[in-house]
Amino acid sequence: MPDVFPPDTVRCDACPVLCYIKRGHAGACDRYANVQGQLVRVDPHILLDRAKSQGMPLVPFLERQGDWDGKIMKGQETFVTAIGAGTTYPDYKPAPFIVSSEVEGVDMVTVVTEGIFSYCGVKLKIDTDRHLGPERNLVRAQGEPVGHVTTAEYGSQMLSLGGVHHLTGGSKSEGRVTCETLLALSNGNEVELTIDDGASIRVAAGKPPVVNGQQEERMRVGCGSATIGMFAKQWFGKVDDVVVVDDHITGVLSEHQAGKLLGVRETGIAIQGRRSTPGRYFQVAQPGTGWGGTNISDPLTILKPFKEKFAWPHLRLLMVSTTGEQFAYYELDDALRPVEKELPETLKESVGRIRENCEPALTTVLFMGGAGGSLRAGVTENPVKLTDSVKRKLTRVTCGGAPTYIWPGGGITFMVDVTRMPENAFGYVPTPALVAPIEFTLKKVDYALLGGHVEYVRPLSEVLKEKERQRQLVSHAQNPWPLKPHSGSSES
Amino acid sequence: MREPRVIRMLPDGRRLHLCDGPIDLIIEASGTPPAISAAYEAARRRFVSILDELCGELPLLRSRTRNNSPRPRGVVAQRMFDAVEPFSEQCFITPMAAVAGSVAEEILESMIAATTLDRAYVNNGGDIAIHLSDLESYKIGMVERPDRPSLFGSLQIAAVDPVRGIATSGWRGRSFSFGIADAVTVLADCASAADAAATVIANAVNLPDHPGITRIPAREISPDSDLGDLLVTRGVEPLSESEIAAALDSGAREAEILRARGLIHSSALCLQGHTRVVSPLLARACIKFSPRSLLHA
Repeated sequence: MPDVFPPDTVRCDACPVLCYIKRGHAGACDRYANVQGQLVRVDPHILLDRAKSQGMPLVPFLERQGDWDGKIMKGQETFVTAIGAGTTYPDYKPAPFIVSSEVEGVDMVTVVTEGIFSYCGVKLKIDTDRHLGPERNLVRAQGEPVGHVTTAEYGSQMLSLGGVHHLTGGSKSEGRVTCETLLALSNGNEVELTIDDGASIRVAAGKPPVVNGQQEERMRVGCGSATIGMFAKQWFGKVDDVVVVDDHITGVLSEHQAGKLLGVRETGIAIQGRRSTPGRYFQVAQPGTGWGGTNISDPLTILKPFKEKFAWPHLRLLMVSTTGEQFAYYELDDALRPVEKELPETLKESVGRIRENCEPALTTVLFMGGAGGSLRAGVTENPVKLTDSVKRKLTRVTCGGAPTYIWPGGGITFMVDVTRMPENAFGYVPTPALVAPIEFTLKKVDYALLGGHVEYVRPLSEVLKEKERQRQLVSHAQNPWPLKPHSGSSES
Repeated sequence: MREPRVIRMLPDGRRLHLCDGPIDLIIEASGTPPAISAAYEAARRRFVSILDELCGELPLLRSRTRNNSPRPRGVVAQRMFDAVEPFSEQCFITPMAAVAGSVAEEILESMIAATTLDRAYVNNGGDIAIHLSDLESYKIGMVERPDRPSLFGSLQIAAVDPVRGIATSGWRGRSFSFGIADAVTVLADCASAADAAATVIANAVNLPDHPGITRIPAREISPDSDLGDLLVTRGVEPLSESEIAAALDSGAREAEILRARGLIHSSALCLQGHTRVVSPLLARACIKFSPRSLLHA
């Protein structure tokens, strides 16, 4: 046994051989590898079985023996994904698998390859009202810049991570960390990110985001003003005024159009910030991680003294955040100062309803990549024809069997929801770049027309027979079946 | 965490797949249905302890075999030892050079001992033990580049031929090689002997000190390799016709010696699209070539 190992050597305990594996290498079995100091099961080639929910019987792989005639078998129910298929890069040669199968009487061809994407990244949608950081500021992982804060959308903040400039345009460690971050997020793992002059977050696809150590539970039902509109009727008569605190648009019932229509009496309430239209206020406080995405923890700080002309002692005031997570109830004393009291039963329901109408807060991760010339060359001798065929929806593009959205315009730039792909579908190369599965499915006649490598087409039954290292998975229930003829490439 | 062994029928319903750590076997037996089940049952039973037996004496199996080396205790380990022992005087070799063939052979013998079969094979990643009765035969396809599977030739082995083991070695394969052969395929009496001989012949297909050949200490790639700091081949640049001929000459000379010593029956040596055959004249085992690789000795 060697006594000195290079750093990052791992000892594999998957079998009694107990291989020492250097970083970037595989063990004696070729199934376990050292990926950046971590022991990783190198995934087998993945085939998808069409699931029961889509009207096809679910046939476990092992139960097929016996009734298989060795020919087409239940061919149309199995889709060969590119996960574990291997890649053509950097050679200009046909894709590793070009598979034909007959579906509903039509001969279909699926070209299966693992693409190496230098032009790629992930778009994160983080459901939160909390202020994560100023737009355009850098997002960092392990201190390295890996992306930036982009627009705020309804109930969420978007981040854009990766892209060729972070992968290959910066320092070596910036590229490496960006690649690691994209790989982790694409494979559904959690990463910790910090935003310059902003929050520290932990995010993973399909899981609630954690902002500054606090897990988000709910998305807001609407902005403060919209919330007033939605709940005005339920509040009318039970409370004299309501303020829905929101970093974007704070709403005030008695001034709001919805309140006016119901005949809510003027209360003399006065709000900090800039009035937009009656009952709607911008910038009531600084953005932050307090009430409704503001920096406040005491909502009274956004109130100016009540106007004596309109207000009255015992006036009842509800203050609530856009998610209903924070709320407080006050009554004015004789000096017209708000005094906090317990929330009356009659109002508990409406606060509860705001919360109920807020959907679970999630982080969603869309992988975005562009299929370059060499990848397309694995499909056809004339790469631009593939682009054209994809644009005309003759060719469907899937990513590990999951549907993709293809951007209009030049090239084949696609987005895919990583949670709809089989687990650990992504890999990487030290370039650094991500390895993502990509499949092109089209009619056999169309494949020939676009100059496809028809001489490399193999029947599905042959692929199923020959590859020993295959794994069959059931297709994601919400995914359209990738082999179904005559449907576009961008369904979701 | 130890990964569970794979013991399953392949989806074709005919072949048995057994996998445990680096051992990956594809087995097919032909005969009556009860005989096939009995053979597969025997294979499964023998299989489950093999890896642990080998790992129990791994340090010895990974050390150089010399004429005074202690004999290992395990049955499979002894097959390995016996297969490499004939080479212990002439070169650096460890019993690991014959591990794949020896495991295949052991499993096949357990199947034959359990029942009567028409024919059977145990394929351990290209090192194959075969059983043939009476008039049975196997047709075997040969591949020179594991990363670009395409048949460069095929051969037929019949029961009357003495061949019961086939093995292939080369620098592109899973194991390391000192030589530059893309593939050396050997036919021998048994799989363990074929495995060891293929390793030795592939090592001999070489051009010492050629600048176009990248060699790296085995330990730099695999810290616990049995080859330690010995240089193994990691890259071969395109060679000229005369260089290819010289390297194949060197390997063919070694193969000829082994044939004369009775250790192998036949061998095919591949290097950058050129193939050399040593003693293809077995009764029914013939090697056919696609035109591109014709280069006869």
